Amino acid sequence: MMNTKIEFRNMRFKKIIFVILVLGFLLVVNWYLSLRMNPYFLQILILVGINVILAVSLNLINGFTGQFSIGHAGFMAIGGYCSAFFTYYYGANLVQILSSIIIFPWLAKSIIFVFALLLGGALSAVAGLLVGIPSLRLRGDYLAIATLGFGEIIRVVILNIDAVGGARGFNNIPKYTNLFWVLFFVLLTIVVVRNLVYSTHGRAFLSVREDEVAAEAMGINTTYYKVYAFVIGAFFAGIAGGLFGHYLMYLHTNSFTFMKSIEVIIMVVLGGMGSITGSILAAIVLTILPEFLRIAQGYRMVIYSLVLIILMLTRPQGILGVEEFSLQRIGKIFVKRA
Amino acid sequence: MSEFLQQLINGIAWGSIYALIALGYTMVYGVLRLINFAHGDVYMVGAFAGFFAIRWLNLGGEPTLFGVIIVFLLSMLVCALLGFAIERGAYKPLRKAPKLTALITAIGVSLFLENAGQLIFGADPKFFPQIIAKQDVISSGGIILTNQQVIVLGVSLFLMASLQLFIQKTKTGKAMRAVSFNREAASLMGISTDRIISITFMVGSALAAAAAILVGITNPKIEPLMGIMPGIKAFVAAVLGGIGNVPGAMLGGMIMGIAEVMVVGYVSSTYRDAIAFAILILILLFKPSGLMGGFVGEKA
Repeated sequence: MMNTKIEFRNMRFKKIIFVILVLGFLLVVNWYLSLRMNPYFLQILILVGINVILAVSLNLINGFTGQFSIGHAGFMAIGGYCSAFFTYYYGANLVQILSSIIIFPWLAKSIIFVFALLLGGALSAVAGLLVGIPSLRLRGDYLAIATLGFGEIIRVVILNIDAVGGARGFNNIPKYTNLFWVLFFVLLTIVVVRNLVYSTHGRAFLSVREDEVAAEAMGINTTYYKVYAFVIGAFFAGIAGGLFGHYLMYLHTNSFTFMKSIEVIIMVVLGGMGSITGSILAAIVLTILPEFLRIAQGYRMVIYSLVLIILMLTRPQGILGVEEFSLQRIGKIFVKRA
Repeated sequence: MSEFLQQLINGIAWGSIYALIALGYTMVYGVLRLINFAHGDVYMVGAFAGFFAIRWLNLGGEPTLFGVIIVFLLSMLVCALLGFAIERGAYKPLRKAPKLTALITAIGVSLFLENAGQLIFGADPKFFPQIIAKQDVISSGGIILTNQQVIVLGVSLFLMASLQLFIQKTKTGKAMRAVSFNREAASLMGISTDRIISITFMVGSALAAAAAILVGITNPKIEPLMGIMPGIKAFVAAVLGGIGNVPGAMLGGMIMGIAEVMVVGYVSSTYRDAIAFAILILILLFKPSGLMGGFVGEKA
C-alpha cells in the first residue's frame, strides 16, 4: 500500500513537471516566433489554432455524439462578444487594480484575459445548454434546421445590441491574443475532448450516435449526454471566439453567419466525423490552403462546395473516418512490409 | 385600419411567393425525406433565367402578355432541368446513404450554386426589366393595390390550384403521393420511383422559378445570393404547415409572409429575418409536425 502511494505521488509529480515544461516550451515558441517569424505566417498560425479549436469542439457534437449542429458560429459569436465586452468595458480598470497587487502588468493582463475568455466560454456553454435542451426532441434534419435557426437568432440579436457596436461592429478590442494563448487553448481543447471521448462519457456519446434507442435501453441518459456534448462544444467555441476577437481587435456579426458554421462543418466532415486528429488536420489544411489559393480567391467557395459534394459522393467518412492518428498503426505498416 | 389592411395585402403577396417556394421543399421532403437546401438557389437561377430570357428576346422594351408568358415558361423550364440535374447528379447516388451525408451534399449544392452564380453572373445586383408596368388597380381608402400584386396573387393561386389538381386527380400525382407514403411499397406496385422523384423535383423547381419571376416583377433587384433568405423562410413555411403536406405548405407560406410584413411594419425592420427563425423554433418546440400534420420527427 505504501508503495502505490509513493508511486502515485511520483506520477503526479512527473505530470506536473511535464505540464510546466510544455507551458515553458509554448512560452519560448511564442517569444521566438513573435520576434523572428513573418507576421503573415504568425497570423496564419493563430487562425489555424482558432479553427482547430472550432473543429475539434464541433466534432464532439457532430462527430462523436451524432447531433447535427450547424449553428456553431453562434456559440463562437457569444464567446467572442462576451469576452470582448468584458475586456473593453472592465478590462482596463481591472488590469490597473490587479497590477497594483501583483506588480507585473503582463501577469495582470494575462489573468484578466484568461478570465475574459473563460467568461465568454461559460456564457457560450449556457447558450449551448439553451440550444441543446429544446433540440433534444428533434432528430436529424429538424435538429440541423433548429440549430441553424438558433445560430441566426443569436447573430441578429447581437446585431441589434448597440453596446457591442451593433451594425458598425465592435471596435478597439485590446489585442491580448498571442501564439502562446492560442496554442495553450488548442492543447487544452484537444486534451479535454480526447479524454472525454476515451472515457465512459465518450462511450455514452458514441452510443447516442450509433443507436439512441439501444442506448436508452442500456440505461444511458441520452438527454444528459446530448446536452453535455452541446455544452462542452459550445464552451470551446466560445473560447475560440474570444481568441478571435482579441486578435483582430474588431468583431462584426458578419463573421459569424451561417457561412462560418458551414466552414467549420466542412472541416469536421473533411477530417472525418469522429476523428480528433482528422479535425485537426482538416482545420490546418483548410486554413492554409486558401492562402495558397489566394490567386483563385474568387473560385475558393466554388471549389470548396464542389469538394464537399464530391467528398460526400465518394468518401463521406472524410480523410480519417473515425480513426485517429496513432504511431502504433504506422509501426504496424512497417512490420507488415517486413 | 387601412394601414393594417395594406400590410395584410402586402403580406399575402409575399406569402404567395413563400408558398410557391415552400411547395418545392415540401414535395421533395415528401418523396425523399430530404431537405433540399439548394431549393432557394434554384429559385435564384429562375430569376436570372428570366432576366436573360427577357434580354435575349428583347422583351424589355415593349412588354406583351405573350412575352410575359414566354418568360415564365422559359424560366420554369430552365429550373425544371436544373432540378432534374441536381437530383440525378447529387442526390440519387445517396439514396441509400445516411441522411447526414445527403444533407451535407445538399448544403454543398447550395453553396455551389450561390458561388458559381456569383462568378458567372457577377456578384453585383442586376435590374430585372419591368415587363409589367406598375399600375394602381385600387387606390381607395388609403389602400393601394397594384396590378403587380394582383398578378402575383393570380399566378400563385393558379399554380397552386393546378398543383393540387395534378396531385389529387392525375395518375402521376397519385404515384407521387404513393411514393411519399412508402417508397418501397410504391415500387412494388409498379411505380417507377426514380421517374416520380425526378418529376417531383422538376415540378418543385418550376414552381420556384415562377416565384422568382413574380419577385422579379415586384422587386426588380436580383443578385446571386437572393435565394438564401427566401429559401430558409420558405423552408420554415413548409415546416410550419407540416413538411410533406402540400396544402400545409401553402398555408405556412401565407402565415410567414403576413407575419414578416407585420413585424417589419409594426415592430422593427431589423428583426425581419429573425421572425422567421423565431417561428421556426416555436413550431419545432411545440408542434414539430406542423399545423396540418404530416411527418413527425421521431427519436429513432
